Amino acid sequence: MKPVLSLRGISKSFPGVKALQGVQLDLYPGQVTALIGENGAGKSTIVKVLTGIYQPEEGSIEIDGTPIRFASAQDASRAGVTAIHQETVLFDELSVAENIWLGHAPRTRFGLIDRRAMRTGATRLLASIGATLNPDLRLGDLGIASKHLVAIARALSTEARVVILDEPTAALSHKEIHELYDLVETLKRQGKAILFISHKFDEVFRIAERYTVFRDGQFVGEGAMSAVTEGELVQMMVGRSVDQIFPPRSHNIGPPVLTVAGYCHPTEFADIGFTLHRGEILGFYGLVGAGRSEVMQALCGITTPSKGAVRIDGEVRVIRSTHEAIAAGIVYVPEDRGRQGAIRGLPIFQNVTLPSLARTSRNGFLRLAEEFRLARDYTRRLDLRASSLDQELGLLSGGNQQKVVIAKWLATKPRVIILDEPTKGIDIGSKAAVHEFMAELAAEGLAVIMVSSEIPEVLGMSDRVIVMREGRIIDEVAGDRMTPETLVRAAAGIAEAA
Amino acid sequence: MSILKHREALLALAILLLVGVVAARFPAFVRPGNLANVFNDTSPLILLAIGQMIVILTKCIDLSMAATLALCGMVAALLNGAGVPLPLILVLVVVLGGLLGAVNGLLVWKLGIPSIVVTLGTMTIYRGTIFLITDGAWVNAHQMTDDFKALPRAVIAGLPVMSWVALAAIALFTVLLTRTPLGRSFYAVGGNPHAAVYTGISVGRTQFLAFVIAGALAGLTGYLWVARYAVAYVDIASGFELSVVAACVIGGVAIAGGAGSVIGTVMGALFLGVINNALPVVGISPFWQLAISGSAIVLAVAFNSAQNRPAGRIILKSVEPR
Repeated sequence: MKPVLSLRGISKSFPGVKALQGVQLDLYPGQVTALIGENGAGKSTIVKVLTGIYQPEEGSIEIDGTPIRFASAQDASRAGVTAIHQETVLFDELSVAENIWLGHAPRTRFGLIDRRAMRTGATRLLASIGATLNPDLRLGDLGIASKHLVAIARALSTEARVVILDEPTAALSHKEIHELYDLVETLKRQGKAILFISHKFDEVFRIAERYTVFRDGQFVGEGAMSAVTEGELVQMMVGRSVDQIFPPRSHNIGPPVLTVAGYCHPTEFADIGFTLHRGEILGFYGLVGAGRSEVMQALCGITTPSKGAVRIDGEVRVIRSTHEAIAAGIVYVPEDRGRQGAIRGLPIFQNVTLPSLARTSRNGFLRLAEEFRLARDYTRRLDLRASSLDQELGLLSGGNQQKVVIAKWLATKPRVIILDEPTKGIDIGSKAAVHEFMAELAAEGLAVIMVSSEIPEVLGMSDRVIVMREGRIIDEVAGDRMTPETLVRAAAGIAEAA
Repeated sequence: MSILKHREALLALAILLLVGVVAARFPAFVRPGNLANVFNDTSPLILLAIGQMIVILTKCIDLSMAATLALCGMVAALLNGAGVPLPLILVLVVVLGGLLGAVNGLLVWKLGIPSIVVTLGTMTIYRGTIFLITDGAWVNAHQMTDDFKALPRAVIAGLPVMSWVALAAIALFTVLLTRTPLGRSFYAVGGNPHAAVYTGISVGRTQFLAFVIAGALAGLTGYLWVARYAVAYVDIASGFELSVVAACVIGGVAIAGGAGSVIGTVMGALFLGVINNALPVVGISPFWQLAISGSAIVLAVAFNSAQNRPAGRIILKSVEPR
C-alpha cells in the first residue's frame, strides 16, 4: 500500500532548540498511525508542520507521491490535512452547523451563505459519524464529547484525507472514549489516513495499526503495531539521552521539613501524602493532567484542599492564601511562566521584589536602592543576562525571564521551593544553568520539589521520584528503581515487566 | 522604562510645538500669566485623569467619574446652603466621592462585573441621584456663600488654590505610584493579574482601591468645579469622562493596563488643555479643535502599539519552541 502523506527529512529549529531533526512519517489510507514520544519529543511540532502553521527548514512533504509545500494553514487544509486539537478550537456562541462550515460555507447563487445547505450538510456529516445532533444547537450548550463530534464533522466537511487526532481522549470520560474509538473505526472505513497522538499505551494498542516513535526531535523507528510489545515501545521512547549532563548532587539529606498527609481535593486529587527533607530534591512525575500541578497549587494557597494536613518542621500550618503560603515558607514557581510568573511590562528588579516588598520598604515607602540590592543579589546568583535591572522583563529571552521568576521566589527566603516544569520551553544553556542552580539550592539546605514531565530531568536531578496518575500517588521510586521504564510504566498504568 | 521616558519627551515636544505655533500668531499666549491660566483651567482634567489613570492601570475603566464629580459638586453646594462650614464640606465631598468609587469597586471586586458595564450603570445612577435630590433645580451663585466660591480662586504665592491642588495631587500620586507597595501593586495587577495572585496580591482589592481613589479625586474636583463656576446643576461636566480617558491615552497609559505614569497623564491633560485654550485664541474653528484632539488620541494609540509590537514577537518565539 502507498502512503497518502509522506514526510522525509523534516527539520525545524527555534532559537536555541532543534525541535525536529530530519524526521520522517508515513500515513496510509484507512489506517491509524500512532505517534509516540515523550513530552518534548517533537510531536506537537510535527503536527504544526503538517497543518501548515510551521514551515520546516528542510525536508519534503508528499501527498500521493507529489511534492507539496504548505505555506499556510489554508494550504494544508486545501490539500486535505486537518487536525483535531487537544483543546478543540471551536466557537461556543455559534451553532453546530455554523461551526462545521465556518470559513467554507456553501453559498447561494447570489454569494450569500446558504443556510439550508449548511444545515442539511451538517446533518449529513454528523450522520456519517453516527451522531444525531441538532445542527441548530448552540455549541456552548454541548458537552465536550459532542464538541469532539462537531470538530470531527468539521474536519470531514473540508473533504479531509488525513485526520490528525492530538490527544483526543485527554479530557473524555470512559464512556466517551469508547464512542471516540467507534468514531475512529468509522473514519478508517471511509479510507481516511489517521495520525493518532496519545500518551496512553492501552488505547494505542487498541486502535492503531502502525506506530512511529520520536525522541528528542529525532525519528527513532516505525512499524506495525502487531509486531511490537509495550516494552519495546517504552525502550524506544526513552532510549539513551546522550547530550544532557546533570550537575553533581551532594545528597546531603537532612530532617523532614514539609510533611503532607491525607491531602484531598474535591475534584483534582485524593489522599496525597509525602515527606520532603532538608537538602532534598523530590521529583514529581506523571502524565499531563495527573494532578501534580493541582497538588502544588493547593500547597501554595491558590486553591483550597478539602481535607488533609500540612506540617512545616512538625508544626501544622493552615494555608488558605498565597500570602499564608509565603509566610509559611512555601513558594511556587508556576509552570506557565508567561501567564502566571512574569510581569513583562515591569522592570526586572520590580519583578524580583514584588513578593518581598514588606522587607524592602520602610514606614510604608519603597526603598528603591534596597530593591536594587536584593534584585542584584539574587539575579547574579542565577547568572542572569540583562543589560540593566531597570530593563523591562518582556525584553529578555525566555530562559532569562525564567531566571527572574525563580529569583523572585528565592528572594522571599523560603523553606520549601516548588518548581513546576522549571525548564519547559527554554534553551539548553539556560536549562543547564537552572539545573545547576537547583543542585546548589538543595546543597544549601533548601527543600526542593520539582514537577517535571521530562524523564531525563526527573531522573538526573531528583533524590526520589513520586509518580502520580489520575490524581493519586501511584509509586514512589528511589535508588535502583529510578529508571525510565519504571516511571513510564507507573505513569501510564502498565504492569511492571516480569 | 526607557520607552516611557522617550514617549514622555515626545509628548512634551508636541506640547511645546503646539504652544510655539500659537505663540507665532499670538505672542501674548506665552506670557507666564496666561500659561498659568491654561494650567489652572486644565486642573480639573488633571485631577480626574490621575484617578482614571490608576483605574486603567489595574485593567479597569471608570466612566462614572464625571457623574461622581457632578453629584459631589451638587452635594457641596447644598451643604453650603445648609450652613455647613467649608472645611467640613471639603472632607465630606472627598468621603462621598470615595464611597461612590467604593460602590464601583465593590461591584467589580465582589460580583466580577466588567468595570465598563458597572460604571456605565453607576454613571447614570449618580446623575439621576442629582435630579432626585434637587428636582432638577439649579444652585446659583447668589445661593452660595462668598468663602465657598472664593477658595478655588484664592491666590497663594502667585497661583490660585485650584492649581495648587492639582500640583499637590501630582506630587502625592507620583510618590504613591512609584514609592509605595500599593502603587507597585497597581502596576502588577494590570501587568499580569495571574502573576499578581501568585505573589500574594489580591487583584480585586487592588482594583477596589483604585476606584476609591478615583472617586475621592472626582469628589474633591466636584467642589472645586462648582465653586469656581459658581453654579451647580444636573448636567455639569457632562461628557467630561471621555476627555479624562483621552488625556490618559494621549499620556501613554496603556488601555490594557499595567503601564503609565502620572507625569505622562498630566502631559496628556495639558495637551488637551492647550488645544482647548489656544485654538480659539488664534481663531481656529471648534471643528478643528475636535479634529486635532481626536487625531492626537489615534496617534497616541498607534504610537503605543507600534512600540509594543517587536517585543511581543520576541516573546512569542521564545515561549513556543516545541
